[in-house]
Amino acid sequence: MMWFSLDTWIVVIGALCAVACALPGCFLVLRKMSMMGDAISHAVLPGLAIAFLVTGSRSSIGMFVGAAVVGVLTAVFTQWISSWGNVDKGASMGIVFTSLFALGLLLIVQAADHVDLDPSCVLYGAIELTPLDTVGTITIGSTVLEIPRAFVVLGVVALLNLLLILFFFKEFRISSFDPELADTVGIPSGFMHYLLMTMVAVTTVASFEAVGSIIVIAMLVVPAATAHLLTDRLGWMLFLSSIIGIVSAGLGHLMALTVPGWFGFKDTNTSGMMAVAVGLIFFAALVLSPRYGLLGKMLSVRRIEVDEAEVESEGEEVPKVI
Amino acid sequence: MDTVWRVLFLLDYNTRLVVLSTVILGVASGLIGSFLLLRKRSLMGDALSHACLPGIGLAFIFMVMAGASGKSLPGLLVGASITGLAGVGFVLLIRNLSRVKDDAAMGIVLSVFFGLGVAVLGMVQTIPDASAAGLETFIYGKTASMVFNDFLLLAGVAFLVLVASAILMKEFTLLCFDEGFARSLGWPVHRLDMIMLALVSAVTVVGLQAVGLILIIAFLIIPAAAARFWTDDLRNMLIVAAAIGGVSGWLGASTSALLPGLPAGAIIVLVAAAIFLFSLLFGRARGVVRRLSAQVRLRRKVGRQHLLRAVYEILERNQNKDPGVLSNEPVSFDEVLRLRTWTPVRLRRLIQSANREDHIDRFDGVNLRLSESGFGEAARTTRNHRLWEMFLITHADIAPSHVDRDADSVEHVLSPDMVRELERKLDLRNIPLSPHGLGHVGVGAVDRGTGI
Repeated sequence: MMWFSLDTWIVVIGALCAVACALPGCFLVLRKMSMMGDAISHAVLPGLAIAFLVTGSRSSIGMFVGAAVVGVLTAVFTQWISSWGNVDKGASMGIVFTSLFALGLLLIVQAADHVDLDPSCVLYGAIELTPLDTVGTITIGSTVLEIPRAFVVLGVVALLNLLLILFFFKEFRISSFDPELADTVGIPSGFMHYLLMTMVAVTTVASFEAVGSIIVIAMLVVPAATAHLLTDRLGWMLFLSSIIGIVSAGLGHLMALTVPGWFGFKDTNTSGMMAVAVGLIFFAALVLSPRYGLLGKMLSVRRIEVDEAEVESEGEEVPKVI
Repeated sequence: MDTVWRVLFLLDYNTRLVVLSTVILGVASGLIGSFLLLRKRSLMGDALSHACLPGIGLAFIFMVMAGASGKSLPGLLVGASITGLAGVGFVLLIRNLSRVKDDAAMGIVLSVFFGLGVAVLGMVQTIPDASAAGLETFIYGKTASMVFNDFLLLAGVAFLVLVASAILMKEFTLLCFDEGFARSLGWPVHRLDMIMLALVSAVTVVGLQAVGLILIIAFLIIPAAAARFWTDDLRNMLIVAAAIGGVSGWLGASTSALLPGLPAGAIIVLVAAAIFLFSLLFGRARGVVRRLSAQVRLRRKVGRQHLLRAVYEILERNQNKDPGVLSNEPVSFDEVLRLRTWTPVRLRRLIQSANREDHIDRFDGVNLRLSESGFGEAARTTRNHRLWEMFLITHADIAPSHVDRDADSVEHVLSPDMVRELERKLDLRNIPLSPHGLGHVGVGAVDRGTGI
């Protein structure tokens, strides 16, 4: 295996994407809306198509705005359907994103008469190619660094998410755990909900345009769920999920370079392997987490059984509490 | 016109095949999707269909290694089913054994399995001359180019789903509505859950290669969610969901046969979405329009009753006689306005509404006189309300100061039986005095009426 500066960039960009996604992802998991990332990344298709039809170009700014707007609309429509129609959140999410995706597909087929617009190439950026698309260079000492565009985009998004969450930490916390309490103490839980959804939509669109949708969906849910298995404190959960995201970005790229070799293949897709890596970390936490892990639970059950057995064997001497 | 006819009534072999297949798939997934919806697992189809990808890649690798063609359909189906079922198994495992909830478990399985699939396909692409290109179209479907084997496969699975849900109807119903109770009856809840999800997997896997990922996800969710607006009975819901699935498959597939440039899957989804929107608005059991109009009617009724009671109490105060022997005289608009916190506009509207019910004899803007029927209704309403208020005070141990006019909203929906019961309990025949003290001078008013 060879490691180039290209590989370092891929890992750095993957890690930035992971942090940008993991932060709002924690709140998605706590609010039981984990599938939102998946829904948004499918639903933005009509936004892309309309932006393309309106501006007539594949400029990334127009596409980005179109996709982000439709992403937020996905959350809004989901909310409307589930509150007006009393439909389960998951189901209304499914209805909205499948319908929007179908609409987008139709629009793209219409547009395709004029110019080639392949949904898969619009939808799925490839993380392997990101270091090649640069915006400028920085010189540190004697080394010249070419800064990839994805690095800038994801860095800005990650920073923005971090600042928003730090600034509104109390509001996000209360409205995630107890929206009614939030309303009674004067925190607009509805506004916080849509702020979070906007963050998720912008993050999703920015990341999948840069690095591909599969990393986004994985990093929104899995690091947060893993951190949830490890801690009960929200601050720690945010911190741990970011760390888990960063580690799995590195591990994933490493696996993409090495694992296929074990089976006689050359190498494989990095974004897929990053998702697999974070999945492995989740599985490890599922088994090994001190408090909520399967092993820990099994041991504590054993301990209780042993204690009971001891109590029984000691017989009469132990006062019985009924 | 002739082509429309030919397509809608399935006169061409190709359209017949495609339309029938989508109809069958719509029926089967509407049916099994209803159970998913009621178990709040609608997105399981989403997770499952993504989890099929690694299976397809792995099956391809194995078949190529075994020297066979990598794209044989049965092999790919088996591979997809295996990882699909493994994905479902993981969702159940994570949900049942840890604090991670259903939605996160589905998100994890979806993204990790799909990531694995992408990685495996990435490796497959590097196999020399294995013609792996187009493998991923397996999960994006090929609706318009289905063949007879696809039809047979779909029909077989649909039949399986139909039979299984008919046999296990009672078990599935209880599982959907009260899992805990099913467990306490000693039913094998986990095993039933797995059977249900195995049926979902079967529909998803065969549907996936026939019509594609998005359509199968939509088919599992939309017909069931739409059916929920039409009925509150599970049996009917299953029938309606199957019908909606079938109809959207039929209309969508025929439309796309008429407009060959458009992707069939997308059209079918949009037809189903249109049916959903219609159901959301006009559904007979839980549609938005019906619920809103019921709310408006109730609010009008409550307002009218407040008006009648206000007029009656003014008459009571002005005439200062025994209750029950009041005479129906005009009262002034301002006096009614002072009694409650109505704005003049709202009061005028209430009077109009009461007028439509024939409760008002005449109203000239200054004075208001109830009609005979209105007067009778006013006496009855006042009596019922006071009975209820006194019941709350004497039998439900609620302090008189808390029995205020808005807290006891039940008084507006008292049934005749309930009124008789109240009369018996309180031993009252005529109209009691208001427990609030006549004229509601304020919260601290002396309760002249509660001398029971």
